[in-house]
Amino acid sequence: MRLLNRSLGRLSRHRRGPVAGLLVLLLGLLLTGALYSAFSPASAQTDNSAAQIDSGRKLFLVGCSFCHGQSGQGVKTLDGNQLGPSLVGVGAAAVDFQVGTGRMPVAQPGAQIPQKEVAYTPQEIADLAAYVASLGPGPAIPNASDYSIDGLSPEKRQEMIVQGGLIFRTNCTACHNFEGAGGAMPQGGYAPKILGVEPKYIYEAMLTGPQAMDNFSNGNLSPEEKRDIIAYLQSLKDSPDYGGFGLGGIGPVSEGLAAWLVGIGGLVGVATWIAAHTARTSRTKAKA
Amino acid sequence: MSDTLPDTTHHAEADAAGDHTPAVPEEPLANPGLAPHQWRPTDVDPKAERRAERQVAGLFLLAILGAVLFVVSYIAFSVGDNPDTIGHFGASNLALGLCLSLTLLAMGAGIIQWARKLMADHEIVEMRHPASSPQEDREATVGILQTGLEESGLGRRPLIRNTLLAAGGVLGLIPVIMLRDLGPLPGDKLDHTIWDLDTWTPAEQAYWKTQGRTLQRVVRDVVGTPIKLTDLEVGDLVNAEPEILFAVDDNQQPIVEGTERIVATAKAAVILHRMNPQEIVSDQTRNWSVDGIVCYSKICTHVGCPISLNERTTHHLLCPCHQSTFDLADSGRVLFGPAARALPQLELTVDEEGYLAARRDFTQPVGPSFWERG
Repeated sequence: MRLLNRSLGRLSRHRRGPVAGLLVLLLGLLLTGALYSAFSPASAQTDNSAAQIDSGRKLFLVGCSFCHGQSGQGVKTLDGNQLGPSLVGVGAAAVDFQVGTGRMPVAQPGAQIPQKEVAYTPQEIADLAAYVASLGPGPAIPNASDYSIDGLSPEKRQEMIVQGGLIFRTNCTACHNFEGAGGAMPQGGYAPKILGVEPKYIYEAMLTGPQAMDNFSNGNLSPEEKRDIIAYLQSLKDSPDYGGFGLGGIGPVSEGLAAWLVGIGGLVGVATWIAAHTARTSRTKAKA
Repeated sequence: MSDTLPDTTHHAEADAAGDHTPAVPEEPLANPGLAPHQWRPTDVDPKAERRAERQVAGLFLLAILGAVLFVVSYIAFSVGDNPDTIGHFGASNLALGLCLSLTLLAMGAGIIQWARKLMADHEIVEMRHPASSPQEDREATVGILQTGLEESGLGRRPLIRNTLLAAGGVLGLIPVIMLRDLGPLPGDKLDHTIWDLDTWTPAEQAYWKTQGRTLQRVVRDVVGTPIKLTDLEVGDLVNAEPEILFAVDDNQQPIVEGTERIVATAKAAVILHRMNPQEIVSDQTRNWSVDGIVCYSKICTHVGCPISLNERTTHHLLCPCHQSTFDLADSGRVLFGPAARALPQLELTVDEEGYLAARRDFTQPVGPSFWERG
């Protein structure tokens, strides 16, 4: 007790010292922090998805937050334009599409974000998707059963392809061309080629409306109708070009170019050959 | 045979034989005449001649080979087999096409090579002459016309002349009158679409009575399902049609059919777009929308192309034909392009059962401008 009294007494001699206030403040902060970490909801870290969200958040802070903000709230430029949109409520499907097709992370903002090499591993994409999905309710990544036509009878498949063709030609051809070859959009944008794109990404694009594309949410086009469209696109891809070269399937422009350049160019070449001077010699004919 | 051909004497012969006077009668410079004719190697070298002969015959043999291969591949491949052969051409298509083109190409090339290397090597000179007819021909023609005018007395008999002119003019009326057969006048049909319940046929009216509703729903195109307000998210675009086009009678036959169906579908097609209500600019668009869902005619007001190239972020609707751009947030105002009129907006509401429906027809004609459209 004496010892305690003595040491406390010694300590109390410093209570008005120049660093005493600072020390007490530090002690208080440490104590608060320790108490918070002991009782905060972060103690539920045993849950796998929470761990996934956490690692997704770490990836997000490094790779995405510059444009989308540290909490995915979106960032505006000084002149009031949107640098990166808010990601609250875009859902896991949007992340899986944008990052999975290599559109995000973007090299530079512009009229259209092009597709490029995928920057993240599938696990990292899943982590990012889990984090963004945790920001607000949005469409989830579709299951293979949502868009696959495997295991269906040929009659059922044919029915889906016919129906999908009707829906595709009504809703999609305006921008993506009747063969899914894509097309130009205003202000330097373009609708990308969708023939040969993985069914999952077509489904996700309809679900989330990437960039300037309209949404085709499940209330707009039902999951069955989306599946029909994908079945139709698959059938387009699988059907051979009986007429020969497809020339990109973009209609009269490429066909006209081919006719003028290759066809008429070839005729001009032949005409030039017919009319060209033949080789001449300085020798004269020997008189017979 | 080529030995008998004249060479440098061509010029003199042509001059002597030609009965046309040259365009420039007096040469400002002395005529140097033609340079001495230079022979082709095949004319003077028997070896080259034989080589050219072999080349031509070789090309003709190639043509024979192509024709034989054509017959062989016609028998060997059947149409529809192997559609994946080389660039999706199909084995039969590819082989037949290649063989036939080889035959035709080799024959053509052989004939041209023959003409260039072996056929007779003439140089022909044709002198220029004035383009107009000779003076005496021109005078004779004028004389004939003058005689005709005098003998017919066209100048002296104005009665005949004027009645002939009148007959010609009246004859011109006949094709104008026959334009009437192009069809009945459209009347006020251009001002209304099938969204207007008053324009319906008795069969359509009878069907509508069985439904017991007052407002016509806006339904999804192709599938014909009605749309609830909650179905659509911000950013959704729906290609839609009036519900009567999907109505069927007891035998599952469509109520609206035939030409009427095609016309009605083309005129009544609409697009629905849901945007954030705060983004709507004009009062009309706000008042005629439901919770940010706006409805516009899908038919461009320029020349009537169907338009649904919408940019979700800007609500600009672009026509693929001539790039007319309309602002869906601002009464369909024309932002760009040749269209002269705003895109007609359809007044939208929600019916008794909570489905999107049209309150009435478009208030102005849809599609391209026409004469009477004020």
